[in-house]
Amino acid sequence: MGHTLLQKVWDRHTVRTLPSGQTQIFIGLHLVHEVTSPQAFDALRARGWTVARLDRTFATVDHIIPTRERTRPFLDLMAEEMIAALERNCRDFGVRLAGLDDDRQGIVHVIGAELGLTQPAMTIACGDSHTSTHGAFGAIAFGVGTSQVRDVLASQCLALEPMKVRRIRVTGTLPPGVYAKDVILTIIHRLGVGGGVGYAYEYAGDAVARMSMDERMTVCNMSIEGGARVGYVNPDETTFKYLEGRPFAPSGQAFARAVAWWRSMASDPDARYDDDVEVRAAELTPVVTWGVNPGQSVPVTGRVPGPNGAGGDGRAIADALGYMGLRGGEPIAGTKVDVAFIGSCTNSRLSDLREAARIVRGRRVAPHVTALVVPGSASVKRAAEREGLDEVFRAAGFEWRSAGCSMCLGMNPDKLQGSQVCASSSNRNFKGRQGSPTGRTLLMSPAMVAAAAVAGEVTDVRSMLA
Amino acid sequence: MKITRIEGTALPMRGDDIDTDRIMPARYLRAVTFEGLERYLFEDERAGSAAGDRAGAVHPFDNPAYRGASILLVNRNFGCGSSREHAPQALQRGGIRAIVGESFSEIFFGNSLMIGLPCVTASPGDISELMAQVERRPDVRLSVDLEAGTCETAGVRCAIALPGHARDALVGGTWDTTGMLLARYDEVGLVASRLPYVAGF
Ligand code: SF4
Repeated sequence: MGHTLLQKVWDRHTVRTLPSGQTQIFIGLHLVHEVTSPQAFDALRARGWTVARLDRTFATVDHIIPTRERTRPFLDLMAEEMIAALERNCRDFGVRLAGLDDDRQGIVHVIGAELGLTQPAMTIACGDSHTSTHGAFGAIAFGVGTSQVRDVLASQCLALEPMKVRRIRVTGTLPPGVYAKDVILTIIHRLGVGGGVGYAYEYAGDAVARMSMDERMTVCNMSIEGGARVGYVNPDETTFKYLEGRPFAPSGQAFARAVAWWRSMASDPDARYDDDVEVRAAELTPVVTWGVNPGQSVPVTGRVPGPNGAGGDGRAIADALGYMGLRGGEPIAGTKVDVAFIGSCTNSRLSDLREAARIVRGRRVAPHVTALVVPGSASVKRAAEREGLDEVFRAAGFEWRSAGCSMCLGMNPDKLQGSQVCASSSNRNFKGRQGSPTGRTLLMSPAMVAAAAVAGEVTDVRSMLA
Repeated sequence: MKITRIEGTALPMRGDDIDTDRIMPARYLRAVTFEGLERYLFEDERAGSAAGDRAGAVHPFDNPAYRGASILLVNRNFGCGSSREHAPQALQRGGIRAIVGESFSEIFFGNSLMIGLPCVTASPGDISELMAQVERRPDVRLSVDLEAGTCETAGVRCAIALPGHARDALVGGTWDTTGMLLARYDEVGLVASRLPYVAGF
């Protein structure tokens, strides 16, 4: 019987079984950023340890940095201190750093891919739960906590428990106006925010096979919101074509050998899965979240559920509705928004900006809406500017910022104020997530965010896709 | 490092359900290091804070009589709430080497174990007696013995408990995952060298 990619990668990276019963797994790439690493570097210092594999470690700054005014020192002294600490740590330990002024800087999950650091059949760790993004390449990538960041820095290994694999086949063709974001939001809605605990999600089916790498990254990115720490797509021609010529990808003869190995690591056709699920693409619609977790979503043509609706947990629904200021039974379309945010590691790549610009071109942001575009990386920003997308957004009334996590988590000055409602292309709608303890987030695709910015309320993007 | 026995003076921190937001307020999560965090322990209820100045009683962490304590005495469900490792880190950096209480939140217990800070339980009656004794005579010395499963002071000797895996990890010195991962590092190199992408294809 065949094996899944997960099994093959797990076996190739197993060092030994630990006394604790866990498996010691070698980590092929460790991505580091400013927020979850300082204490880990300090732990190394305290014990006189070095970074085990500098050749497998790469750092950048993204979480706390401002996206508007970047003169140093920052006005936010804690942000300044955090960036200075990462710079010092990288210097002291010899870690490669794409710092604030580096043309490779960006959200850690965006730059891993575009630099070709992320490759199929690797194990990847990063102190951020959306590390599952890299699974789009057929890597096994997981988010870790600070103590585990320390473990990886010191030993290039993690102590892990085995995972089961659920295959999710997306079959058929996505209708116009329905994007990868809608696919993953629908999956999370159907399987639940805890449905993937203990599982890795393998995304398959012809709809996934036709997706670009950007789209696959959007899907894998939000695996964790469905409870699955790992999500991946088997590597194929699309993957190889994307990687060819990237700065850290193998080149020449080595590239051909790499492709052969990558191909061999994909799941076998007769692999056995612990669970198998099918999602029919043709049935999907643009989706919007109405609640306080990413599973609480409805089609844009649908209504917000009421606390007494079928199948729901009444108390949780009532609580979410209260926080969001929504009434059960109302259509979600027409919900007024105050802020529109296009960015985050879920949806801030060039193709996302192009789709959003398509909607925005020749239109204006509604007068009461603050709208911003935060490209995922310095490189995405440059590429978009070469195409004139910045002009399209600016002309419509969007702010055009520099790369970072920004309003995805509001750790920098980009925050919601009071109870503002934000149409957001990010990944979490938790209470307080976007920087205001009472701020309200509606998750949707970047094209839908663009439509909401223009209409000033939640709107079906398909009506603007003439 | 094997941790078998902790000795020293104690600090009684009375109250059930003391959450990690109280132990370490959220604003310090933006700090770059756990270093110095001990200065902010319970900051929002100590002298100088609005609540602390209203309280009328000296906060145990402000009380000079308990300065230098290495054993923290607590009541029920200590460390509940947010999973921040900052809470046990700050206590450890403040000199606490063991916590004796009626019960602990699971995540706090796990985070503490990761850094070699034992959280052991004793009966409510024993905790109340230990607290009373320490409040009467703050200079009394306690000894927590993980192997024997006891906590002793001049006048009291009581049984303490801790889950078997945690006891084994502390006493056997395997609570430190990094140490375990580094123990046979030559094997790591071997596995890496067989990976095509590490070898350069
Ligand atoms: S954009 Fe948001 S989810 Fe992505 S790495 Fe940054 S903070 Fe995490």
